Amino acid sequence: MTALRFGIGLAVVFAASLTLAQVGGDKGGVDKRRSGTQDMGEALQRMQDDDTANPGMLFVQLGSQLWTKKAGAADKSCADCHGAAAASMKGVAARYPAIPKGADTPVDLEGRINLCRTENQKAERLPSENRELLALLAYVAHQSRGMPIAPPADPRLGTFRDQGAEIYRRRQGQLNLSCAICHDDNAGKKLAGVTIPEAHPTGYPIYRLEWQGLGSLKRRLRNCLVGIRAEAYAYDAPEYVMLELFLMDRAKGMTLESPGVRP
Amino acid sequence: MANVLVNAPKTAKRGAIVEIKALILHPMETGFRPGTNGQIIPRNIVERFTATWNDAEIFSMDMSPAISANPFVSFFAVAAESGTIRLRWTGDQGFAVEEQVAIAVE
Repeated sequence: MTALRFGIGLAVVFAASLTLAQVGGDKGGVDKRRSGTQDMGEALQRMQDDDTANPGMLFVQLGSQLWTKKAGAADKSCADCHGAAAASMKGVAARYPAIPKGADTPVDLEGRINLCRTENQKAERLPSENRELLALLAYVAHQSRGMPIAPPADPRLGTFRDQGAEIYRRRQGQLNLSCAICHDDNAGKKLAGVTIPEAHPTGYPIYRLEWQGLGSLKRRLRNCLVGIRAEAYAYDAPEYVMLELFLMDRAKGMTLESPGVRP
Repeated sequence: MANVLVNAPKTAKRGAIVEIKALILHPMETGFRPGTNGQIIPRNIVERFTATWNDAEIFSMDMSPAISANPFVSFFAVAAESGTIRLRWTGDQGFAVEEQVAIAVE
C-alpha cells in the first residue's frame, strides 16, 4: 500500500515536471494547449468561423474547381481517381506528413499532391506557395475541418520526428534562438504587441492578413526562421517535413480548423 | 475563373433590414510596388463595386489602391420586394465579374 502511494506520488511529480506543451489530451490531464485561434481577437475568430467572410474559403472554392480540372499528359483530374473529396479526403490532412507507398522518406501534404501530379497525372510539379497548389491544399485540408489531429502510428516516422524535435530545440540564427524558446518557454507572453502562440499547426494553410493571401506551414516556418535571423532552408528541404512531423505530433488530438485566419 | 462568396438571406420579411456580404478573390495590386525584376508591377485593382436589387441600384462604392487584396464588402438594404440581387465588380485590365442571388420577401 505504501509502495503504491509512493508510486502515485512519484508519477505526480514527474507529470508536473513536464512542460506545458507536452501535456497532451491523451495523457489524462486537462488539455492546456491553445490553438492560435484562441489568442486572436473576437473579430478575427468570427471571421474564421464565417465561411463567407473567411478569405481562405475563396481558395477552398478555387481548389474545388481545380479538383475536377484535368491536368497533365494523362489527362486526368484529381476527381477521376479520388472521386468526391468530401469522402476520399476526409481526415487526410489530419494525419499527414506520412510515408507514401514504396518510399522510405515522409512527405507533407504538398509533397503528396505533387507526387500525384508527377506520377498519376504526368503533370509538372507545382512550386511551393503556388496559388493552385495552395488552393488544392486548402480544399483537401478543409475536408478534415473539425477532426482531431491524428499522426499515423508508422514506426518509420519516429527518427524523422526526433530529428524535427531536435531542430525545434536547436538554437540558430544571429539571434541564437530556438523554436522552443519562444513557443514553449515564452508562449502566451508578448513579443512586441503580439501574443506568442504555442505554434500548433491547427489551421494550415492559413489566410494571414499580413500576407493578404493564403500561405502554407512552410511559409510560416520560413517566416520564423527569417525572424530569428537564420537562413531559411531551401523550399524542398526535408527539414520542413521533419518539423511538421514533430509539430503535428505535439498537437495530436487538437482540432483542425483549416483554412485558418491569422493576423 | 472568378471566385466570389456572397452571403445574403434567402428570405426576408417585408420592410426588414438585411445584411449582404460579398467577398471576391482579387490581388488588388497597387501599381506602386516593384517586382523582382525592379520594374513596377502594373496597377490591377477593382475600381468599382455596385449592387442592384431588381435592377435598382442599392449600393455602390469606388475602390482605391489602398484597399486590401480579396476585398470584403458588407452593406445593408431594406427588403422591399422579392427578386434578384446583382453584384458587379469592375476594374483594371478588363476585370468584370457578376454574381446574383435570389431573395424572397414575404
